[in-house]
Amino acid sequence: MKIQRLGQLASVALVGSLALAACGSDNNNASGGGASSGSGGSSSSSGAGGSGAAECGSGTLNAEGSSAQKNAIEEAISTFQDECSGATVNYNPTGSGAGIKQFIAGQVDFAGSDSALKTVEKDGVVEADAAAKYCGSPAWNLPMVTGPIAIAFNVKGVDRLVLTPQVAAGIFSGKVTTWNDPSIAKINSGVSLPAEPIKVFFRSDESGTTENFTKYLKAAAPSAWTAEPGKKWTGKGEGKPKSDGVAGAVKSTEGGITYAEWSYAKDNSLGIAQIDNGAGPVELTGEAVGKAVSAAKADGQGHDLRLKLDYATKEAGAYPILLVTYEIVCSKSKDAGKAALTKAFLKHFASAETQKSLEDIGYAPLPDEVRTKVDAAIAALS
Amino acid sequence: MATVTGVSVADEVPGPPERSPLSADGAGTRRLGDRLFGGAAQGAGILVIALVTLVGLFLLWQAVPALARNEAGFLTSREWTVSGDHPRFGIVELLWTTVVSSLIAMAIAVPVGVAVALFITQYAPRWLAKPAANLVDLLAAVPSIIYGLWGLRTFGPKYEPVQTFLQDKLGAFPLLSKTSVSGSGTVMFIGIVLAIMVLPIVTALSREVFAQTPVAHKEGALALGATRWEMIRTAVLPFGRPGVISASMLALGRALGETIAVTIIVSTLADQTVWSWSLFNGGETFASRIANNAQEFDSPQKAGAFIAAGLVLFILTFIVNAVARIVIERRKAFSE
Amino acid sequence: MSAADTAARAPSAPSGGQSSSGRPAGGRPAEPPPALGHPARVREARDLLASVVMWAAFALALIPLVWILWTVVSKGYHLLSEGQWWTNSQKGITSRREGGGAVHAIQGTLVQGLTTALISVPIGVMTAIYLVEYGRGRLAKAVSFMVDILTGIPSIVAGLFVYAVWVTTFHFQRVGFAVCLSLVLLMIPVIVRSTEEMLKLVPNELREASYALGVPKWKTIFKIVLPTAFSGIVTGILLGLARVMGETAPLLILGPYSKSIATDLFSGYMATLPTMINQDRTESLQPAVDRVWAAALTLILLVLLLNVAGRLVARFGSVKK
Repeated sequence: MKIQRLGQLASVALVGSLALAACGSDNNNASGGGASSGSGGSSSSSGAGGSGAAECGSGTLNAEGSSAQKNAIEEAISTFQDECSGATVNYNPTGSGAGIKQFIAGQVDFAGSDSALKTVEKDGVVEADAAAKYCGSPAWNLPMVTGPIAIAFNVKGVDRLVLTPQVAAGIFSGKVTTWNDPSIAKINSGVSLPAEPIKVFFRSDESGTTENFTKYLKAAAPSAWTAEPGKKWTGKGEGKPKSDGVAGAVKSTEGGITYAEWSYAKDNSLGIAQIDNGAGPVELTGEAVGKAVSAAKADGQGHDLRLKLDYATKEAGAYPILLVTYEIVCSKSKDAGKAALTKAFLKHFASAETQKSLEDIGYAPLPDEVRTKVDAAIAALS
Repeated sequence: MATVTGVSVADEVPGPPERSPLSADGAGTRRLGDRLFGGAAQGAGILVIALVTLVGLFLLWQAVPALARNEAGFLTSREWTVSGDHPRFGIVELLWTTVVSSLIAMAIAVPVGVAVALFITQYAPRWLAKPAANLVDLLAAVPSIIYGLWGLRTFGPKYEPVQTFLQDKLGAFPLLSKTSVSGSGTVMFIGIVLAIMVLPIVTALSREVFAQTPVAHKEGALALGATRWEMIRTAVLPFGRPGVISASMLALGRALGETIAVTIIVSTLADQTVWSWSLFNGGETFASRIANNAQEFDSPQKAGAFIAAGLVLFILTFIVNAVARIVIERRKAFSE
Repeated sequence: MSAADTAARAPSAPSGGQSSSGRPAGGRPAEPPPALGHPARVREARDLLASVVMWAAFALALIPLVWILWTVVSKGYHLLSEGQWWTNSQKGITSRREGGGAVHAIQGTLVQGLTTALISVPIGVMTAIYLVEYGRGRLAKAVSFMVDILTGIPSIVAGLFVYAVWVTTFHFQRVGFAVCLSLVLLMIPVIVRSTEEMLKLVPNELREASYALGVPKWKTIFKIVLPTAFSGIVTGILLGLARVMGETAPLLILGPYSKSIATDLFSGYMATLPTMINQDRTESLQPAVDRVWAAALTLILLVLLLNVAGRLVARFGSVKK
């Protein structure tokens, strides 16, 4: 008797949960929540709708990788899915290395990485070869998102701070330890710097942001930053996981300084240092980033593209600490349906309109010259 | 709710002396149904053994090649360079952080947890005992990521002044000295959060054991004129001691292996940071270092190094469980 | 063992002790235990001190525990009160946009949890039956010890193990089912232990009576032992389920997040509440922060629901001697 009653109870519970599983909606367009968001990107998609709809493809794309491009690709996915109701794109911002690893293991349709596939051996693996082996065709790097890395700080009474690469390298390698150090004071005349210790925060996870930031330090101040650039932090300080971890830590720590993607510095309302590469201090603005990015040159062979950044640039008004995220794809996909969908999505992502919309959320659009090449590469995907 | 913790009260309660399974049905075992069912039951048991063996072997198999290439003492080095041609890695710091944070957690959670269990079973008025027990049970099931988020965002900022105060007043004492780590990302704070996390486990288990104290013992003590506290000391605590010990061991195992809460709270240290005995230093536990880097296991050697660390954690929890087992076994032997 | 039962039983036991405070002067025992041989005033003071300490400990423990619940509830409830939280997924919602719901994650959590239970329950219950009804000698000891070790396997190690088997060795995709497998490793020991406990509470007389009637052992277990222990076993299963549903670490390795509804365990990504929390916690923007707490509250509510279900089942019939 009891058991029967229990059985009934259990089946009611089961049916209940199945019923819950059966309903539910993926359609968030009607919610209207987007209107109040202040992000210009989501509503601008209507213009491209006509041309985009023809080559939508349907199904699900899975991608993984760089967390630096998370906000950008989320925006692109959102507008892409608005256009193509049959398509779903998932992106997991687990990190560049993870993206490449999962791509090589055949776990994702494309990977996002803050550095192009390496063509030299590292720990017994040549990334480019391994990727080509999985694809059965060369894997291409397509530069897609460029964004600045901000040096974000939290010092009481200081909202304008200028750093040269030398001084930044000194701070992040632990040689400069107090805020009123003469080397900082010299380039910040008129700013009252406190005699407080500098607290450096770094990414405790391995990160493409770390790699790009150390690349900058190495390129712009080779004498002050001697460690090899890499995903693992080689300087001093204390580590916090992910960009939000370091940004959050600086926010709550008097005297803190870190490096993070621009959007994290902005979202946490942290102070952002101006960078003086030799041609005067440059504030981090969309314009300054655009100037530096437009100076970037496309590199690489055929449709396998690299973006060459000049970290040590002395151009006036160009913000030099940049990061490029590549989408890594198989040039010939094994699955025709997925290939069409990948193509459609990347085309949408690289479109002038999408790229422009990224400006509002802390990224810089690809320069037109580069974008044309990327477009051509996407068209050549099969 | 002891079930949440996976240890059975029956293990700790000396109750009826251990009985061997009924075997009166010698005739029955020859029947087909019996052979099938008995075989299935045994098969399930063997499957469990196979699973654990597999996990252990897998960890070894992955770890050994990396260990063989390691150019530093695995058990003695503080370095952690796992990629490249000359990997050098050791677990000293991980071991220190893991063990110390868990010990802090135990030092707080066990006394408080036992006291709360005694309160619920012996002191609390009836109207309070039941809701309190339910609340504690619910909290034993709250996912650890929530403890982590709460620790990072809500509790951390409130805790910081206390830490600063301690550092200022007692900084001369090496365990409490000032370090480069700021805010709440310290081993001490991790220990406190872990304590709050395992407290419901200790409480839930101890409460079950205390509630099983034979009424005769308690009434006997009271009849001899003991006060309530004396009754607890002479009847309830001795009866519940093995249960409390195994509850603590279980909580310790949980604290040692806790991943996500530790990962999002603790500050890691840069390479070659000066060693400090301070509890206000940062660090990484085995689990948090694996979690921080799990996404970037892009070569077998790298993965192997982290898995070797996982193996140590596995062995550590293995030891904790074995100790708990021995304590329980010994208690059983005494009770007969 | 039902916690509610013990809790309810517990305070009634020492009811005789309520009067202890007024005891000492008159009836001094002829032979007090050595530890009790202090003057009455000291003993009374100690008793009072102990009471104060217990109340204080309870209050102290209550502070963080209530604080956690309060934090989650106060920060999470307003999203839960919106209808779309329970009907919509996060598809197309970026971290700077409000809106969307958690239905994809709730479904994923339920589907994965139920599948995990479906695999672990037979293995766990059978292992427990083996230990209690059949187990003798070395093998049983070994099984029992292995269950203990399984209890102690850190969840991240379980995730690593399944990743190496599933992805590295067999080159399968990371799908919901792989997550279930790692959760099975974590759930089995919980079920074995709780079921073992309940089976041990079944009086031997019942078994003996059944054997005396000529019922085979397997039928006795099926028809007599298991039904008697049924409610306890179910409680244990539900509580184990609550534990694995909140597990995050293996999902970091095995369970990529998706913002869309997906209930296919064998293809594609599947969202769960823990991965949803983990994804959104990396944002400092308000909409994402709100969703983190709302998802946490949803997870707690699910766990609470399971707890209540467990209690109900326990109340339907607990094992009595």
